[in-house]
Amino acid sequence: METLDFQFASAPVSRSAHTALCGVVGSGNLEILVQAGDQPATCQVSIKTSARGFGATWQAVLATFTTSHPAGGTRIAINDMGATPAVVSLRLAQALAEYRGGEQ
Amino acid sequence: MNAPHSRAWDSQRQSRARRLERAASLGLGKQIPAERIIDLLEAVIQPGDRVCLEGNNQKQADFLAESLADCDPARLNHLSMVQSVLALPSHVDLFERGLANRLDFSFSGPQGARLAKLVQEQRIEIGAIHTYLELFGRYFLDLTPNIALIAAQAADAEGNLYLGPNTEDTPAIVEATAFKGGIVIAQVNERLNKLPRVDVPADWVDFTVQAPRPNYIEPLFTRDPAQITEVQVLMAMMAIKGIYAEYGVKRLNHGIGFDTAAIELLLPTYAAELGLKGKICTHWALNPHPTLIPAIESGFVESVHCFGSEVGMDNYVAARSDVFFIGADGSMRSNRAFSQTAGLYACDMFIGSTLQMDLAGNSSTATLGRITGFGGAPNMGSDPHGRRHASPAWLKAGREAAGPNAIRGRKLVVQMVETFREHMAPVFVEELDAWQLQKVMGADLPPIMIYGDDVSHIVTEEGIANLLLCRTPEEREQAIRGVAGFTPVGMARDKAMVENLRDRGIIRRPEDLGIDPRLATRDLLAARSVKDLVRWSGGLYAPPSRFRNW
Repeated sequence: METLDFQFASAPVSRSAHTALCGVVGSGNLEILVQAGDQPATCQVSIKTSARGFGATWQAVLATFTTSHPAGGTRIAINDMGATPAVVSLRLAQALAEYRGGEQ
Repeated sequence: MNAPHSRAWDSQRQSRARRLERAASLGLGKQIPAERIIDLLEAVIQPGDRVCLEGNNQKQADFLAESLADCDPARLNHLSMVQSVLALPSHVDLFERGLANRLDFSFSGPQGARLAKLVQEQRIEIGAIHTYLELFGRYFLDLTPNIALIAAQAADAEGNLYLGPNTEDTPAIVEATAFKGGIVIAQVNERLNKLPRVDVPADWVDFTVQAPRPNYIEPLFTRDPAQITEVQVLMAMMAIKGIYAEYGVKRLNHGIGFDTAAIELLLPTYAAELGLKGKICTHWALNPHPTLIPAIESGFVESVHCFGSEVGMDNYVAARSDVFFIGADGSMRSNRAFSQTAGLYACDMFIGSTLQMDLAGNSSTATLGRITGFGGAPNMGSDPHGRRHASPAWLKAGREAAGPNAIRGRKLVVQMVETFREHMAPVFVEELDAWQLQKVMGADLPPIMIYGDDVSHIVTEEGIANLLLCRTPEEREQAIRGVAGFTPVGMARDKAMVENLRDRGIIRRPEDLGIDPRLATRDLLAARSVKDLVRWSGGLYAPPSRFRNW
């Protein structure tokens, strides 16, 4: 088990839900919880993962996500069981879309 | 003027007569008892013969393959094997036991590792790895078999053969052998007084033997919907909206992976919601994929011609004669040569998957330590310069590639891959393993499955790259890097150039296509299990036991 924490600058998100939960903790999958954060232009991410040694990949996946999506003002908690970057990116997009409500 | 040098012009016929005489002298008639098959093979085959052993990735002449491998290498040796697929252990036994030493083939899936070992030990000489059509073509030019060992469903007393829905390669093999002085031996599952239909006439067949058990058939094209992932659903949504809909792709072939199975299962749901019924996916060169059942039942599909059949699909296919090619007897006739021809010349799109792709878009399923071959993928996955008829999809692709005054269209050749395979192995690489394999094999060329210059689009979870619109090799490389995700190749992209390609629509992300990621769930699949497929088929699909869990 490894714990990773990141912070990224990101455009502020307009939310319509209090929290959004997406995915399940299963092999090759992950669970993502999006909640309101305290800094409107920052996305804080904390990850618990079963796969050690992929810090640089997480950093790259999250940097791309927070650049291409407005995710400022959120705190994102992730429980991961070895999801590929493809699954992580899809789950992040799903969780954020849920958090923002109907708009894309 | 000197008289022309005299020679015999019927030496092949004379050789054939001597072989048949040797069999007759052993008391062997046209119907061979199973326990005397080795006597027959040792009587009619000669050292150095070219032997075609029928077997594709579906139907296998497995009894004849095992019997040939049990022949005495002191009597039969230096055989040159020509065969579509090296699939069974007995196929490799032939080389390990010293009966055969040369091989021309198309595909070697399960035996790829043993084959690579034999090549390294120089116990096998590989002529070439072909596509199916190429190999069939050579049967009629410079690789004509002396002996064909084939598989049929049934024979009658005269030796007429019924091939059943798994007609596959048999017509091509028999025609090449029977009309060039060769000998055709068929293993059959049963003997019948009256055949449902005659697929091969008796005077093209020299001997039949009833095998102790029915010939093996691999359910290669059965994909359990339960294993389709949400990333595959997302990629299928992108392919349907960004390629099928945009080009109006009506005539196509799908590869065998889960990626394309997801597309098949999204036709009655996502594609129907987009109003695409009747506008895409109407005519197919495709095996009877169980995952196509919901699309057929929903009225998406007008016609399917098959390379072979699929285990468990025979009753369903027979009950849908408007869609499939069914004989007057009520059962399907497949034909690999004709379906491959349709895939090459009559399809507007091929979409399939691969294990590795380089920065020029070349792709290969060969990895170190395994020689796998191509099967039919290069026929489907290539732009045929012999094509002359137009269609909207072909014209649009041609004009994207060469401008509004293009004098020819283009086939859409789409590679659909997740950027990482299992165990985080990247699909996108700087150099294909195929180059190292070429050295190991001592081959003239690296075993590349689809050449990069034939590829029109790449679909990954990150987006779609349209290579037709790239104007320089640099743009092409960055378009590939731009959908290569977080692989080292993807991370090394020129970000500014990739954004420029995105502005020009050469790279498109899911959000650029207006795809809501929340829809990318398994709920979008028309069937989520094999049991669902059985239900869609009205109980006509009978899946093999290994796909039943209820």
